[in-house]
Amino acid sequence: MKNLATYAQNTWCPGCGNFSILNSIKAVLNMLEAEGFPLEKVVIVSGIGCHAKIVDYINVNSFYSIHGRVVPVAEAIKLANPELKVIGFAGDGDAYGEGLEHLIFAAKRNIDITMIIHNNRVYGLTTGQYTPTSPLGFKGRSTPQGTKELPINPLELMLSSGATYLARGTSHGMDLLKNIFKEAVLHKGFSLVDVLQTCVTFYNMYEYYDKRVYELKGHDAGDFNQALNKIREWDYNIDAPIALGAFYKKDAPTFEERSLQPKGGPADRLLKIKDILAESV
Amino acid sequence: MKEFSILIGGKAGDGIDKAGMVIARILNRLGLRLYVYRDYPSVIRGGHTFSIIRASSGRIASHLSKVDFILALNQETLSLHRNRLKKDCLFIYDSDQVKIDPPLACGIGLPIKDMLKEENAPVVMRNSCVIGGFCRASGIGWEILEDVFRKNVARETDLNLKVARRGFDAANELVKIEPLNQAALPLITGNEAVGLGLIKGGLDAYIAYPMTPSSPILHFLADAAEGLPLNVIHPENEIGVILMALGFAYMGKKAAVGTSGGGFCLMTEGVSLAGMAEMPVVIVMGQRPGPSTGLPTYSSQTDLHFVLNAGQGEFPRFIAAPGDAEEAYYWSHVALNMAWKYQIPSFILTDKNLGEGTFNFDISSIKEVVETKPLAWNRQGQYKRYLDTDTGVSPLTFAPEKDAIIKVNSYEHDEFGITTEDPAKTVQMQDKRLRKGIYLAEELEGMRPVNIYGNRDSETALLCWGSNKGVCVEAAAKLGLKVIHPIVLWPFPVKQLQASLRGVKKVIAIENNATGQLVTLMNRFGFKVDEMVLKYDGRPLSLDELERRLETLSNPIGKVS
Repeated sequence: MKNLATYAQNTWCPGCGNFSILNSIKAVLNMLEAEGFPLEKVVIVSGIGCHAKIVDYINVNSFYSIHGRVVPVAEAIKLANPELKVIGFAGDGDAYGEGLEHLIFAAKRNIDITMIIHNNRVYGLTTGQYTPTSPLGFKGRSTPQGTKELPINPLELMLSSGATYLARGTSHGMDLLKNIFKEAVLHKGFSLVDVLQTCVTFYNMYEYYDKRVYELKGHDAGDFNQALNKIREWDYNIDAPIALGAFYKKDAPTFEERSLQPKGGPADRLLKIKDILAESV
Repeated sequence: MKEFSILIGGKAGDGIDKAGMVIARILNRLGLRLYVYRDYPSVIRGGHTFSIIRASSGRIASHLSKVDFILALNQETLSLHRNRLKKDCLFIYDSDQVKIDPPLACGIGLPIKDMLKEENAPVVMRNSCVIGGFCRASGIGWEILEDVFRKNVARETDLNLKVARRGFDAANELVKIEPLNQAALPLITGNEAVGLGLIKGGLDAYIAYPMTPSSPILHFLADAAEGLPLNVIHPENEIGVILMALGFAYMGKKAAVGTSGGGFCLMTEGVSLAGMAEMPVVIVMGQRPGPSTGLPTYSSQTDLHFVLNAGQGEFPRFIAAPGDAEEAYYWSHVALNMAWKYQIPSFILTDKNLGEGTFNFDISSIKEVVETKPLAWNRQGQYKRYLDTDTGVSPLTFAPEKDAIIKVNSYEHDEFGITTEDPAKTVQMQDKRLRKGIYLAEELEGMRPVNIYGNRDSETALLCWGSNKGVCVEAAAKLGLKVIHPIVLWPFPVKQLQASLRGVKKVIAIENNATGQLVTLMNRFGFKVDEMVLKYDGRPLSLDELERRLETLSNPIGKVS
């Protein structure tokens, strides 16, 4: 097994939930390579926030993008070479806040990229503000009296937007994370894994999650309505059991399959220019 | 008749734009040289829209306020433009729509409503009837009209021809437009020229969100992409647009985006990312009047400083502002080249007048761009995406590459691409990026970044940029003046401007903005500008208007030694 580490010093807090995501995805990359998929065909993309440092820590091709802008970069890389596996990492503020429009459109296109969301439900790097998935009344540095708005349920939003693989894990469950990361990466189409990743410094939810999580059993992930019901069981706000695992899997044509595959060479360009000008006389 | 203008007007939805282009193509067949100005409101139906088709024996790129023909599909066209008409006779109109009081002794009224009814043709074909009337009135043979219709009117060609024939037969010859003994040249818009230049330069992906006046590039390339190795994508917004372009660039694919001021506002974070991550990208910025929504379908030169300064931080960029279709073609190719040679954001700064204006296009007059391949990795040792080199340009390689790991970063980073906050490395990498700008500036000095027209010995020079080239060149020819037209606006071509200003005692800047944006830039580099002719009502300067404005300056040009 390759270490896949770089020389970058890891600056996540001790106990940070990001370590589980890092170690799980490294394990998945090793599995892919062992199964014959060369790692030079992997590109990882991140945004800005604690999550984003992950690209510095994994020794594969990477694009360290800007806040909210993981998705369009990942989409273009995939379109430029559909043979690649493109994995985007984003925080909840990044993907569900600043960059939500991109995420909805990527799901709508069913473009074959994987998004792994480090959903700690708090802004860590900017030191503790509420995010789109913080519960009602969350007291952060920008909302000292508690938030006055309900969280969004990102999985419900993604399901209605057209995502074809949706799963949830936690940072206290590496075996499950490895399974669903691998499934998501191998899934043909837009896949998203919402990881309830704990921020030990600003919003330590380990105990809360440990008490409520359970793994989906006997769930038909091919059934949209079952997926919707399970996704709605916990709305990121109420006190309810929190299901983990794959909620939804669907085989559907991808954006790149439906797109006209570009073809032709340099000579065709000159011919095209000549033709267009001849038509313009 | 060899020098004349035609104004065709109606309401939006009447097919004025299409009819104007068909007339231009008919005249083009006669060997005339043309320029078409399109004026339309930001609506789909209703509102006044018109085109001025100007014809000449020589190359032109401006229009005149006065016209020789008016083709009126509604009353408003007459009331708004009758004072432009040189002689009242050359006037063709839909007599069901236009009432003339007192009635004209000449001019041709066509009872189009009845004609359409008899041909069982829809009301949208009124424009074809007027074109038929115009051809007969100006002595243009039916076979030319028919040929142009067959080539350019794709829908219901035969019925359109029947309607045109009715107009043709109902009119009588008022003047004779004589064919010229010169070959017809293609007629294309500035936007199409940008698209063709990008295709020539090897564009792999064009990504854009619709916005006037740049949307026609998106439409043009989406059509042209068939059979080409070209991806054309219309994503969710302009932020997605530029970030996608950078994703393509990461993969070694040449990408360009197109927008106008409002969309470019959204792109600025991506421009800065391109600067830091050293991702090549071409940005076509078609200017229109602001602030904010402004006048969406009109023209301006108000975003020079916006483009110069867009994006946080300091990084090199390239900005070219072509003046006509041929320059748009050449410099779009150059912009793509420069973006990739120096791994920087590269701008084509256009405006609505250039983008949606129609020009003759002589490809044989355009010099070949010297193609330089982007610097490639020599496969020696460990690959470093941001290797610090003498020129600041790091060798490129792209995924999948077995022996290389390619890491790009929006944070300050080391040569391998890993984030750093180390002070010495920060300075090293900032210097590396800026060094590319020095070599870029040197290279551009050899590429004629400033053009001179007119009387080179004149002590008075008109200084203009972008689409004002055409009107300034013509005015200068009439008035015996020199024209200085910088195309490269960044890196600022200081040496070439110094050379072009030698012997000039008076500089008059001509700009489509309210503050003199090129003048501000000139002043920053120590150049003096004496007078300004500024026009910021969204409309282009006509030749006669510019002459008038030059005569009424505080120191009119005629009074200078």
